[in-house]
Amino acid sequence: MATPNVLILRAPGTNCDLETAFAFETAGAKTERVHVNRLLEEPNRFDRFQILCIPGGFSYGDDVAAGRILANQIIHHLSDAMARFKDAGKLILGICNGFQVLIRSGVLLDGNAEQGSPATLTWNDSGRYEDRWVRLGTDGTKCVFFKDVERMYLPVAHAEGKFVARDEATLNRLAAAGQLVLRYLPLDGGMAGAKRSAGWLGHSEAVPQATDILPFPDNPNGSQANVAGVCDATGRVLGLMPHPERHITRTQHPRWTRPETTQTGDGLKLFENAVAYFA
Amino acid sequence: MLWEVDIYPAQGQPNRLAEDATAGATDLGFPSSIDVEAAQGYLIQGNLRPEQVERIAAELLADPVVERTVIARVGDARLAQPPEGRPLLIHVLPKPGVTDPVAESALRAIADFDIPADAVRTFKKYWIGGLSDDDVTALVPKVLANDAVEQVIAGPLEFEHLEVGSPYEFQRVTVPLGELDDEALLKLSRQGQLFLSLAEMQTIQAHFRDLGRDPTDVELETLAQTWSEHCSHKTLAGRIRYRDENGETSYQNMLKETIFEATQQIRRAAGPDDDWCVSVFEDNAGVIRFDDYYNVVFKVETHNHPSALEPYGGANTGIGGVIRDPMGTGMGAKPICNTDVFCFAPPDTPADEIPQGVLHPRRVMRGVVHGVRDYGNRMGIPTVNGAVFFDRRYLGNPLVYCGNVGLIPHDQSFKNPQPGDLAVALGGRTGRDGIHGATFSSAELTHQSDELSGGAVQIGNAITEKMLLDVLLVARDRGLYHAVTDCGAGGFSSAVGEMGEKIGAEVWLDRAPVKYEGLSYTEIWISEAQERMVVAVGEAQWDQLSALCASEGVEATVIGRFVPTGRLQLKYGDHEVADLSMDFLHDGRPPVVREATYAPPPVVEFPLPANDTEGYTDSLQEILGSLNVASKHSIIRQYDHEVQGGSVVKPLVGSNNDGPGDAAVLRPVLDSPRGIVIACGMNPCYGDFDTYHMAASAIDEAVRNCVAVGADPARIAILDNFCWGNTDRPETLGSLVRAARACHDLSIALGTPFISGKDSLNNEFRPEDADEPISIPSSLLISAIGQVNDVARCVTMDLKTPGNRLYLVGLTKNELGGSHFAQVESLAGGRVPTVDAPMAKQTFAALHRAIDAGLVRACHDLSEGGLAVAAAEMAFAGGCGLRISLDRAPASDGASHPAVLLFSESNTRLLCEVRPDDAHAFEMALAGVPHAVIGQVVDEPTLRIVPGDDAAPLIEADIETLKQTWRKPLAW
Repeated sequence: MATPNVLILRAPGTNCDLETAFAFETAGAKTERVHVNRLLEEPNRFDRFQILCIPGGFSYGDDVAAGRILANQIIHHLSDAMARFKDAGKLILGICNGFQVLIRSGVLLDGNAEQGSPATLTWNDSGRYEDRWVRLGTDGTKCVFFKDVERMYLPVAHAEGKFVARDEATLNRLAAAGQLVLRYLPLDGGMAGAKRSAGWLGHSEAVPQATDILPFPDNPNGSQANVAGVCDATGRVLGLMPHPERHITRTQHPRWTRPETTQTGDGLKLFENAVAYFA
Repeated sequence: MLWEVDIYPAQGQPNRLAEDATAGATDLGFPSSIDVEAAQGYLIQGNLRPEQVERIAAELLADPVVERTVIARVGDARLAQPPEGRPLLIHVLPKPGVTDPVAESALRAIADFDIPADAVRTFKKYWIGGLSDDDVTALVPKVLANDAVEQVIAGPLEFEHLEVGSPYEFQRVTVPLGELDDEALLKLSRQGQLFLSLAEMQTIQAHFRDLGRDPTDVELETLAQTWSEHCSHKTLAGRIRYRDENGETSYQNMLKETIFEATQQIRRAAGPDDDWCVSVFEDNAGVIRFDDYYNVVFKVETHNHPSALEPYGGANTGIGGVIRDPMGTGMGAKPICNTDVFCFAPPDTPADEIPQGVLHPRRVMRGVVHGVRDYGNRMGIPTVNGAVFFDRRYLGNPLVYCGNVGLIPHDQSFKNPQPGDLAVALGGRTGRDGIHGATFSSAELTHQSDELSGGAVQIGNAITEKMLLDVLLVARDRGLYHAVTDCGAGGFSSAVGEMGEKIGAEVWLDRAPVKYEGLSYTEIWISEAQERMVVAVGEAQWDQLSALCASEGVEATVIGRFVPTGRLQLKYGDHEVADLSMDFLHDGRPPVVREATYAPPPVVEFPLPANDTEGYTDSLQEILGSLNVASKHSIIRQYDHEVQGGSVVKPLVGSNNDGPGDAAVLRPVLDSPRGIVIACGMNPCYGDFDTYHMAASAIDEAVRNCVAVGADPARIAILDNFCWGNTDRPETLGSLVRAARACHDLSIALGTPFISGKDSLNNEFRPEDADEPISIPSSLLISAIGQVNDVARCVTMDLKTPGNRLYLVGLTKNELGGSHFAQVESLAGGRVPTVDAPMAKQTFAALHRAIDAGLVRACHDLSEGGLAVAAAEMAFAGGCGLRISLDRAPASDGASHPAVLLFSESNTRLLCEVRPDDAHAFEMALAGVPHAVIGQVVDEPTLRIVPGDDAAPLIEADIETLKQTWRKPLAW
C-alpha cells in the first residue's frame, strides 16, 4: 500500500489536530480527524487506518492530570480495539498530550496489576507550562519513526512532561531494551552533553545516573535520563513530548531569519518515516 | 455518604502546592518560620463501598508513581492527623455554584468505572506550622484563598452533603417605581446594582407610567444592562461639549465623529474597488480583507474590575470572553491568535502600603498571567503579542486587555437572523456566576467591592468553549444557522436583545439548561456564565444542528424564537415576566450630555545634564533593568505561542531565542505564504503631558512595530481601547476626547483605519480612609494588525552579521518628556514626543520598500529608552557587538546633546542593519526620509557608543552584561 490512512484522534480539548494532519499530508499520507465519541460508538472504525495519532492539546482540559480522562476512556472502552491495531503491525504516535494519554492508558508501556504503571509524566520541575525549543538526540534503531534521524530541533510546550519511572530497575530495563528513544541534548550543540552521556547515545548499556540529568533549559522539565520520548517493545508505538508537527517548514524555526538555518523543518522526517513504513 | 480523597506527593517528590503557599507568604513578609504541607483533594458523594473509592483514587485521581493518597469518609479521624509540626488545618473549596471543571470531569470519568457517584467537588488542604494563629488568620485571605470565589473551612470538614441547590419556586416580582422621588430612584439604582443615572431612572419611570404599570425586576435589569456603559458606550457615543486651548467643539456622538469618521474617510478615499475594510464598528469584531478567500477579524476587550477582585478568574474569563467575539462575528470566525496587555502596580510595592480590599500587585500579576495562560493554552490559540506596564496608580485598578484575531471566509462574514428563527443556546450551562457583570464593570471600585460584587466574578472552563468552537465551525460550514453571537456582558439579555433588535424575540427562560436548581428567571436572563453563545436557527436546520452538537457532547437548547413583534417578551412557564419594546430598549435611553475640558500643562524645559565625563552606561543599565523595559520572557514562555503551526516571527527572537521581537508574524493558512502581523503601542507616561501626543505616539508605535517586521503600511488596521478614570469629571473626559481627536488625525494621515474599539471608564479605586479616589493614568492601547504577502520576506530585530552597517532612520528631537531616561534620572518636565504624521507615512512606506526588496537584515523600532536601548537589544539579541558614532545621527535643532541622541523617545525612528553591498540601494529606497549610517556590527561582543570619531565613549558595555540586566527583574 502506498498511501497510509492516518486516524487523527480528537477529543474535547485536543488542539493540535489540524497542524498534525497537515504534517502527515505533507509527508504523503491521507488523514481523517475522528472524534473519540465516534470510536466509542464504533471501535471497529480503527480497522481501516494504518496509523493512529493522538495529537497535542488538553484532552478534557487535562482535568485531574494531563491526558488522564482520555486514557481512562481508552482503558475502559477501547483497549481491545487498540490492542488489535497494535498487533496488526500498525503504527501509533502520541505527541505531547497524546504521549501523556498513551503512557497513562498502558498502550505504550504495559503495567501489571501489582505494581501499576511503569512510568509517568508529571509536573515540570519549573512547576509551570513552558513553550521553548529543545535539542534532541535519538537512541538506537528500534523506533520506526526515527529511522535515519540522529538529531532534531523542536519545540516543547507543556506543563506535565517530566518522565519519571516507577523505580530504578524499571528505568534500567527500559533503557536496556532501547525504549528510551528520544533524549534532550545540551542546547549548545550537543558536544559537552554527548561526551558526558556517550553511554546512552549509542546502543545503551550504561544506565544514566541522576547526575546525568541536564540542567534547565537543556532538559526543560527535569525528566529522568533526559527522556523526551519513549517507544514500546516493538518500536511501532511512540510517545514524545516535543512537537514535530511544529517544525515542518523553514519559517517555523525560531532563527530562520538568521544565516544558520536549513530549508525544511526537522520534524517532517518523523512523519515521512511513518508514511515510508507502509511503502 | 461523602468520601474524601487527599492526594499528597509521594516521598521524595516536591509539594508544589505547599511551595507556592510558602513563597506567597514570604513574599508578603510573613515569618520565614512558616512550614506548610498541602494536599489536593476530592469530595465524592454517593453510595460507595470503600474498595470502589480506593479504585477511583488509584486508577483515576492519583498517580501512584509520584503521589500517595489518604482515603476515608468525611469526618474520619485519619483525615485530621496533622503532619509533624504543622498543627493548623485549612481547607479551601470553590464556593457552591462556582465553576469547578476538574470536579465535573472527574464525575464523568467515574461513570466510566460503572461506579455510582452523585457529585464531586475539589478542594485544597493546607497543614500549617511555624506561624501564630493571628498570622494564619491573616495568611488565609492574602495567600491561600480568594473570598470572591472560594470558601475556607478551618479544621476538619464536617458536612455530610455537597450542596447542589434547592428547587426554585416561581414568584413574579415587580418593582414599584410609580411614586418614587429622585432620591429614592437613585437609591434603588445603587442598591439594586443597576448603576443607572437619575435621568435614566426617570426615563424608565415615565415609560412605565405611560404604560400604566410597574416594571418587573427582569425588565429593569434588562434595561440597566442594555443601557450600561459597558454595553452602550453611552458616554463616548454621547453628546459632549469639548473645550481646549484651540477652542470649542460640540459632538452629537463623539466616537462617531472622531474615530469612526476617520475610517469612513479612508474608505471613501480608497473607493469601492480598493476598500479593504469589510465590517467595522458593527459586529462583535472588526473585519478586514486578508486574501482572495478569507477575511480576518480582530477584537480587543478589557476585563479590569473582575481581575482586580479575582485575578485568575477575571483574566481567565477575559480571554475566554474576547475569543467569543471573533467566534460571534459574522457567521463565526476561527480564532487564530491572542494578544494580552497588562497594567499593574510595581510588584515590589511594600505589603504595608496596600489598602484594604486590594490584592498585592505580585499576586494580581501572577493570577492574571496564569488566568490568560490556562485559558489561551487550553483553547489551542497561540498568544503571540503583548506588553506589561507598571505604574503605582494601577494599584487598586489593574488593567487586563485581551485580544483575539480570527479567520473567516468572505461569504461567512455577515449574519442574517430571520423572523421565525429559533433562539438556541449553545455551550455551557447557566449558573449564578457573573450576575451584574455589565453594570459592575461601569462602576468605581471601593474597598467594599469584593463584598458587593463577588458574584460578578466568573470562573471559566476553556474546554467547554473549545468544544463549542469545534461544533460551531462545522455547523457554520454546513449552513446550520442564520446568525450567531456571544453571550458576553449581560448574558442572554445582551445576546438575544441584540440579535433580535430588528425583529423581536420571545424567550422561554424555564427551558434554559442550568448548572443547579434554584435560579430565578431574572438570574437566568442576566447571568454571565461563561462559554455560551446564541444562534438563530431555522426550523429546517434545527434537527441537524441538534444532532451535530449531541455527537460531540455540546449542549444545544431552544430557548426562544425571533418573532416579528418588535418586542422582547420573556416567559417563565406560562407566566409572562417581561414585555419591552425593542425601540425603547435600544433607543429609549436619554442621551448622556457631558462637559469636557482640556488644558495642556505648560511645557517645562528639560534640565539637561551637563556634559559629564562619566558617560551613560549606568543610565542605560538602569533603563534596561526598569520594569517596563525589562524582558517579559517569564510570562511569554508560559503561553503557547506556536500552536496551530503558523508561527513565523515569535515574541522572542535572536541567536539565543531571547531578544524582544517588535511584532508577531503568523501564517494562518498553512499552505499559503501570506502572513498576519500583530503589534501594539501604548505609553501611559506621555498622557501626563498631553493625551493628544500620547495617542499619536501609541499609533505611531503600533504601526512602526508592524512595519519593522515587514508589514505593508498600506494594509495596517488598528483598534482603540480606552481605559480611563471617572469621565464625570470634565477634565478627565477632556483628556479622553483629546486622545480621540489624535486618533482621528493620525488614522487619516497614515491611512490606517480603526476597525473596532472599546472603552472602560471609571477605573478608579477609593480606599477606605481616602476622600479622593486614585485614578489610573490615561491608558490608551492601540492594537495593530498588518499583512505580508510572503512571510519569507519578514525580518527580525537581532543583529545578523559582523561587518554590516547600522542605519538610523527618522529624526531625533529633544523629546525626553515622559521618557525612561527622565524616570531613572528622576527628572521632571521636558517635551513629550510628537508625531510628524506626513513624514511618518513617508518613512513607513520607504522602509517597507527596502524590507520588501530584501535590503534589510535586521530592523528594530526605537521606543522606550530610545536609541541606546534599541541598539543594546539588537546587539544582545544577535550575539554581536556594535560600534556607534552619534555625530551623523539625523537630529533636529536643539537635539545635539548626547543624552537626547541616546535616550530621546522621538517617534517614527528605527534602526536597520544593512549589508555593505546593499547600502546604495537601501539609501535610494529611503530617499527623502531622514537616515544615516551611524555604526557597524562587530564581532567583539560589546556595545560602544561614541559622540564622534576619536572621542571617549558615552556608553561601553559587554552585551552579555546588558542582557542579564534586562532579563533579570521579572524572571520569576
